[in-house]
Amino acid sequence: MNKKTDREHADPKDEIVVHLRAMRAFALSLTRNGSAADDLVQDTIVKAWKNIEKFDPGTNMRAWLFTILRNTFYSDRRKSKREVADIDGKMAATLSQKPDHDGRMAMADFETAFAQLPSEQREALMLVGAMGFSYEEAAETCAVAVGTIKSRVNRGRVRLVAALGMSDEEGMELTDKSTMAVINSTFSTKRHSA
Amino acid sequence: MDRDKPKSGLERQIDENLRKVYQKTVEEDVPDRFAELLRRLKEQDDSK
Repeated sequence: MNKKTDREHADPKDEIVVHLRAMRAFALSLTRNGSAADDLVQDTIVKAWKNIEKFDPGTNMRAWLFTILRNTFYSDRRKSKREVADIDGKMAATLSQKPDHDGRMAMADFETAFAQLPSEQREALMLVGAMGFSYEEAAETCAVAVGTIKSRVNRGRVRLVAALGMSDEEGMELTDKSTMAVINSTFSTKRHSA
Repeated sequence: MDRDKPKSGLERQIDENLRKVYQKTVEEDVPDRFAELLRRLKEQDDSK
């Protein structure tokens, strides 16, 4: 392999290490399990390394790595077929409904509620809400339409609000039409699709 | 764009919590296995 590039650090492989922490965080939000997350990151690194020529230098390597990571996650999950059933709400029954005294979300409750969201909502919320991806970047990373990402983020937020029993006066702030439509459809049909 | 729309108090609170969840993991030390993996991959390349 020709390694003679203009600059020593022009090899994109050298950049992978920079994204390790973010990959672990993203993997954890998908797997909800530390050792599974690290296994997923390991597989992602190996695939990225072996397919590095498919990475277009100058584009967003983090998004590229995340795409590999999530594709690996969903492909593994399809193979094993486990866990799919428990995502949509079975565990949610055990969730504490009580907000803190001051109405703010306790972190433990928040993390529990987050872990019970469908994976598509978890990844959308993680990318957009936590990591500051634009809707467009998140859509590209997840290979779906921008509108799909927006809808997943919205549904995820609505379900977190509902699961955490956030107070009415705060709830009233969620008044934009699309959000209310999601709330109403969620509540009237009890549907928990992604 | 929607991103620039002012967020509701709830949205802000949720995103703040999401960032905390993310931050918690990001601040963890990366296990040694990844440095070792990258070193092994590099060695494989070099021996090609």
